[in-house]
Amino acid sequence: MRNLAPSIRIETPATVRLDWASRPPRLVLGGEWIVAEAARMDAALRALKYGDLSEVIIDGKSVTLLDSAGAWLILRAKRVLETGHVAVRDVILPEHYRTLFKTLEDEALAPEVVRARPFTIESYLERIGRSTVHVMRQTYDLVGFLGRVSIETWEAITSPRRELPFPAFIQQIEETGVTALPIVGMLAFLLGVVLTYQGADQLKRFGAQIYTIDFLGIGFLRELGGLVTAIIIAGRSGSAFTAQIGTMRVNEETDAMETIGLNIAEILVLPRVLGLMVALPLLTFYADIVGLIGGMVMTYFDLGITFPAFMRELESAITLKTLLVGLVKAPVFAFVIALVGCFEGLRVERNAASVGRLTTRSVVEAIFLIIALDAGFSVVFSLIGF
Amino acid sequence: MQDESHPGDVVIRIRGLVNAFNGTVIHDHLDLDVYRGEVLGVVGGSGAGKSVLLRSIVGLNHPESGSIKVFGQETAEIESESLRGLQLRWGVLFQGGALFSSQTVAQNIQVPMRRWTHMGQDLMDELAAMKLALVGLPADTAHKYPSELSGGMTKRAGLARALALDPELLFLDEPTSGLDPISAAHFDELVRNLQQSLGLTVFMVTHDLDSLRAITDRIAVLVNKTIKVGTIETLVHDPDPWIHEYFCGERGRAALSEPAKCPA
Repeated sequence: MRNLAPSIRIETPATVRLDWASRPPRLVLGGEWIVAEAARMDAALRALKYGDLSEVIIDGKSVTLLDSAGAWLILRAKRVLETGHVAVRDVILPEHYRTLFKTLEDEALAPEVVRARPFTIESYLERIGRSTVHVMRQTYDLVGFLGRVSIETWEAITSPRRELPFPAFIQQIEETGVTALPIVGMLAFLLGVVLTYQGADQLKRFGAQIYTIDFLGIGFLRELGGLVTAIIIAGRSGSAFTAQIGTMRVNEETDAMETIGLNIAEILVLPRVLGLMVALPLLTFYADIVGLIGGMVMTYFDLGITFPAFMRELESAITLKTLLVGLVKAPVFAFVIALVGCFEGLRVERNAASVGRLTTRSVVEAIFLIIALDAGFSVVFSLIGF
Repeated sequence: MQDESHPGDVVIRIRGLVNAFNGTVIHDHLDLDVYRGEVLGVVGGSGAGKSVLLRSIVGLNHPESGSIKVFGQETAEIESESLRGLQLRWGVLFQGGALFSSQTVAQNIQVPMRRWTHMGQDLMDELAAMKLALVGLPADTAHKYPSELSGGMTKRAGLARALALDPELLFLDEPTSGLDPISAAHFDELVRNLQQSLGLTVFMVTHDLDSLRAITDRIAVLVNKTIKVGTIETLVHDPDPWIHEYFCGERGRAALSEPAKCPA
């Protein structure tokens, strides 16, 4: 819809004038004092010159229509006069508008207009400080949550003193693992194709195109397969964890659980953490295989290397260790994704807007942590000579 | 309000309204007239279709059949064109306040002003502050976001927004629910004041028997998919068991003790 001009019908425009002739002088108002006329009357009232006026009567006898915006302007004029030491002897208004004027006079005793603070260097510094403290507190809380979940997980695995929520655990494996197969497979395949194409393009110049297979095998199994799968799952399941748990927070379901005496960490967090820790390594292995198939298809079309030749070269390039280095990271990534997803979900406040905000934050944090951890793993593996 | 305002002037005219969801009929050929300058209280059991009725009138819900005319303009049609210009003549307070969460309270109140008038920012700030004082909110609420407000405050801020343009017709969906009794009484008084000085017409869905007694001129009871309109005095004699229980049950009697005499 276009922003049309105001279409409030005005029959008799509002007027204001100062009548010096009568004793005492009168501020004569007339016409429709309504919101549509407010801007004009605001300017007119401000433009009035009161001179050496000492007393005045506000005469609104001929006001034909009055709403709270108009009444406010009249009330403000009265207060302006009073603060300028002009005695306002009377405010005359038609009978049926007196209640409104009186209500405003009683309720809106000088409504103070609080303005937003302007944007200054100080406020900018303050914001930096605030967010720094916020990030530190958040990290502290996350570490605390990590501790709690680690203990719960350890106890659940080693000494299952209570029945594990087994169906929920299986359901999580299905939701985060099985249903993710198509998207993970698709992306891994395409990634294998792209990597092979780019690698072959460069290595062809040295006549070393056969090493495309080494490049693909080692690169995919050690790093990319695990990393890409973890990032997809962070976007897919980490966000789902936050949204699911967050919605339960909004509905006060988690509060209800606590009052009943249920352990939220055990019921909501544990199945998700353990489920994803099972699902993600399996998905990573699957992505590795599909990625290699993608590369194999591409080497056939691009370099004319047959499948048996591809397999022979791959066998000499990689060992079991290459695969394991990639796979061993997966449970750690899974733990981080589930941990952050559940942690942010439990921080949701009781309004719908915070679900969206924290879901976004959970994905960003999880992906950041995955990449940071991956870098850490690289350093550690090179130190211990893997 | 002006010369055309004489009692009996119909602001909302509903004829043969039918609403149904998934085959469940909520309103079955419902007729209702709301007159200029009156406060109409709408009551009914849970799921009786009070909110659906309100949403149908303001054009948020398109009924199966029937006609709804507000200020003579049809709102039951699908075309939103027919609603043009009505939005500045009515104000709606939704049950949960429905404040825009990305804007401060003051900005929320100024949304209708920005849409329909050409006031400067200073004047709009003053008017927003005035509306806040009118609905009984402290001045520093202006720069708070809806997520920082309590339930009752949200409701009052929503009312301030509904009143932003001093509409002729005010729709209130359970306005006093969630308010403490003192605030609720203040709210009733405020609605009454504005209604008297502005010739405001109020369509109020409520369950608050005190409000009903204090400020409504007539009461519409949604029962058996249709509507019965009357005053408390006439409705207590209605043979319908739900209406009888509502006004003459334990709570009804406590709220309405003196004037209305429940038949034995």
